[in-house]
Amino acid sequence: MTNDRTPYSPEEQIKVDEFLAGATLFLGPDPEIMRDHKSAARTPLEEELLSRPIDSDALDKVRKRIVAGLDEAYEMMEQTGAAPGAKWGDLTSAVYSAGGDLVHISSGGVLAFASVLHYPVRFINKYWAQEPSVGIHDGDAFIHNDARYGNIHCTDQSIIIPVFHEGELIAWVATVVHEGENGAKEPGGMPSSSESAFDDGLRMPPFKIFERGVLRRDLLTFLQNSVREPKLQYQDLKVKYYAALRIKERVLAVIDEVGRDAFIVSMRKSLEDVEAEARRRVSLIPDGTYRVNLWSDSTLRENVLLKYPCAITIRGDQMIIDWRGAAPQFLNRAFNSTLGTSKCGMNQGILAFLWPDLPRGISVMNSIEVLTDTGSCLDPTDDAPLGQSLQGAFKAFATTQALWSKLTFSCQEKFGAIIAPWFNQINTFLFGGITQHQEFVGNVCADLNGMGGGARAYRDGEHSMAPFFAAMADIGEQEIIEEDVPFMQLISKKIKRDNQGFGKFRGGMGYEMALAAKDTPFWGFAAVSSGSKFPATPGLFGGYGCPTLPLAKIKGVNVFEQMKNSPENWQFDFERLLNEQPLPGAKYSTHHMGMALELANEGDIFMMCQGSGGGYGDVLERDPAEVMADVEAGYISSTTAREIYFCVFDADTLAVDSRATEAARNAERRARLERGRPYAEFVEDWVTEAPPQTVPYYGSWGDDNSTIHATAWAATGPIKLALPMSQMPPIMLPDPKDLAIAGLQAENEALRAAASRGDA
Amino acid sequence: MRFVPMTEYLQIDLETERWQCRRCGREIASARENYKTGLLVFDRDPREIHRPLIDPQRYEFTFSPDPQWCRIVEFYCPGCGTMVEVEYLPPGHPPTYDMEIDIDALRAQKAGLDDDAVIPLGRDLPVNFSTQAHSNWTGER
Ligand SMILES: [Zn+2]
Repeated sequence: MTNDRTPYSPEEQIKVDEFLAGATLFLGPDPEIMRDHKSAARTPLEEELLSRPIDSDALDKVRKRIVAGLDEAYEMMEQTGAAPGAKWGDLTSAVYSAGGDLVHISSGGVLAFASVLHYPVRFINKYWAQEPSVGIHDGDAFIHNDARYGNIHCTDQSIIIPVFHEGELIAWVATVVHEGENGAKEPGGMPSSSESAFDDGLRMPPFKIFERGVLRRDLLTFLQNSVREPKLQYQDLKVKYYAALRIKERVLAVIDEVGRDAFIVSMRKSLEDVEAEARRRVSLIPDGTYRVNLWSDSTLRENVLLKYPCAITIRGDQMIIDWRGAAPQFLNRAFNSTLGTSKCGMNQGILAFLWPDLPRGISVMNSIEVLTDTGSCLDPTDDAPLGQSLQGAFKAFATTQALWSKLTFSCQEKFGAIIAPWFNQINTFLFGGITQHQEFVGNVCADLNGMGGGARAYRDGEHSMAPFFAAMADIGEQEIIEEDVPFMQLISKKIKRDNQGFGKFRGGMGYEMALAAKDTPFWGFAAVSSGSKFPATPGLFGGYGCPTLPLAKIKGVNVFEQMKNSPENWQFDFERLLNEQPLPGAKYSTHHMGMALELANEGDIFMMCQGSGGGYGDVLERDPAEVMADVEAGYISSTTAREIYFCVFDADTLAVDSRATEAARNAERRARLERGRPYAEFVEDWVTEAPPQTVPYYGSWGDDNSTIHATAWAATGPIKLALPMSQMPPIMLPDPKDLAIAGLQAENEALRAAASRGDA
Repeated sequence: MRFVPMTEYLQIDLETERWQCRRCGREIASARENYKTGLLVFDRDPREIHRPLIDPQRYEFTFSPDPQWCRIVEFYCPGCGTMVEVEYLPPGHPPTYDMEIDIDALRAQKAGLDDDAVIPLGRDLPVNFSTQAHSNWTGER
């Protein structure tokens, strides 16, 4: 059929558009909004105001007052918030232009929010402003959490408030906190076991929770009824609301001071100045293409190999970030990350590592294009579960941060440091159950904030420093935390020996932790991390990455009774507890770090380690005195000092034999020349056409990002696929328990068959 | 600037358009190609670097990467044996062409820069690269 339809007249077109807009059945996430990470062009009003002379004093005043207001709101939330995340700084506050361009966020907190909080405001502007049943009025406040409408993940809840000046919508302000509990399948808001989007908990598109200054108690009750912590839901709603009101007051005060026009001008100028500076900085980077390939080893339900490739191309003042070739989305696994969330990871890399001094606004990203395969785990469809979308966001971060130092090494002007990759996983326990105060809670241990820092080109990385996404986050005081929750950390904040990214400068190390629940009728732990088979974090310029890290359990005995009756058996050491098995009758095991909520009997022990940052440079260049300092501190074993760092020393005094060390290192350099093979010869033997048959592999292989390898499950069992992403069938994996049962059934049948043959 | 430091161990000589080792001066490869093509390569069992810290006889996950899933590919300078780069790859995955530099653009960009220009390693940290070198090699072969 040919398209011979006559076009509508302009009047008819308006009617058609009105009809269609009014007849839309479901205002789902809008791709036009959700795929646009840049600030919008000037409005006609801004254009007119910016054509006049600009008062730079007023501009400076507005910027400083706004940032001061945002920091004040940040402090308010951190001091008064009930969610553990609030107490440790997993939050932010924001100011936007009237059109919804995010101009500033608070100095502290999670910087990645700067790249994602504009989406819900644009949705409100586009869909609710003219909607008679909603509208935007002075005193209104919208609530929102669904990452499909723009968020880091669905456990963060935001309050968004319009700012009116003399009846004109002149700005927006927002506050957002990692609330934790959100009614998801598992307590704590980040379910690793979610198998559909409906397992992810609350799915709030932006809607009005305060109308003209009055709380909608009916809607609040609905929200409270949908989560495990109704008191937390209410308290932190108020916390976010009043913090946002404080920012609004500040904004109105500065408008009174400098005038409406100067305020509008300064908001737009801030966006434009940041964009111009970001473009100047991109142009300092040598043109070319920089690539990295990272892998994750887990869906959090089972071990699979997921590829996260990244190619960054620089052309003048343009940066293209290309994630094509990444693993496909899984429709019944939780690690998918929306495009907006993936860009959060990227922007976290920019704001925390590449240009940490730039004001944190949306226009930082104006010079950046992002390429993805739709249907990949970094750009999934709306029906994909997102319970652990951090997995995607963290790898998106890791790919970009791993490349910054390669992009900028030769640059004379630097804004961050030459630094190896930061650890990029949250190795901690989530928890849920009934506390000693008879309250049901679900949340996460702040130990996730103890990530090891990457080594720098001029010094070692810092131990258990901070999460890569929040430089000023805290790990909390364990004794205070134990007042609230019925579990103890039997081993706490002890650096795990040999958990090190080796190098000329070593990565910052992570600590070990051992938890056990006590005095609770019902309690469970969960874990949501990857990196037990394939290291999560690489090194830089010849430095090694972090090791893999296990989850360990010691079950079947009550450790508190053991400590009371035979305290001599207890060991404050991860390694010794597992190698020496000192608690009689206990069952010892290790696992990958994806654990859906598992019930904990009193005195069962759950153990994990924080990860270490990547090492920098050749291990043979590490100062032997620094190696010995690490041995003395218990950070590395003598074996590591000898076999990795090639140090020769007296085992009792740790005195280094400098000449013997130099000789050992030179011998190792010669050994490398012996065992190393020319590249062409090596590649000839090494490179295979496809991933190993024995590994469940997902993503591209080599440089060809147009073909995606995957293992799909058909009725008959697993089948290997190699297809363009557009032709990839939905990937859904069977329940690991079903596979285990099927294996046991087959074994059982075989044994029965053998037995009956034996009888015959 | 003739010798542009590109990584801890590699520089590009804009005159000869070659990657060079910053430790021993060895010419590695054409600057318009993957520098890895001029390095020596070794497939390392990851358990040799990240040793099992808990008994592999008794435990599935031991702090060591699974050698069926992950190999450590080490790249050495053929002149001095310095480990220039390390990649963690699934067995058989091609090494990554990580730095594909537009040499003409680089030349234009560094044209105004003196040979002894100080290039910092961090924002507030000027480091003179000649003092960083392992040997006293200054860029001449
Ligand atoms: Zn060399």
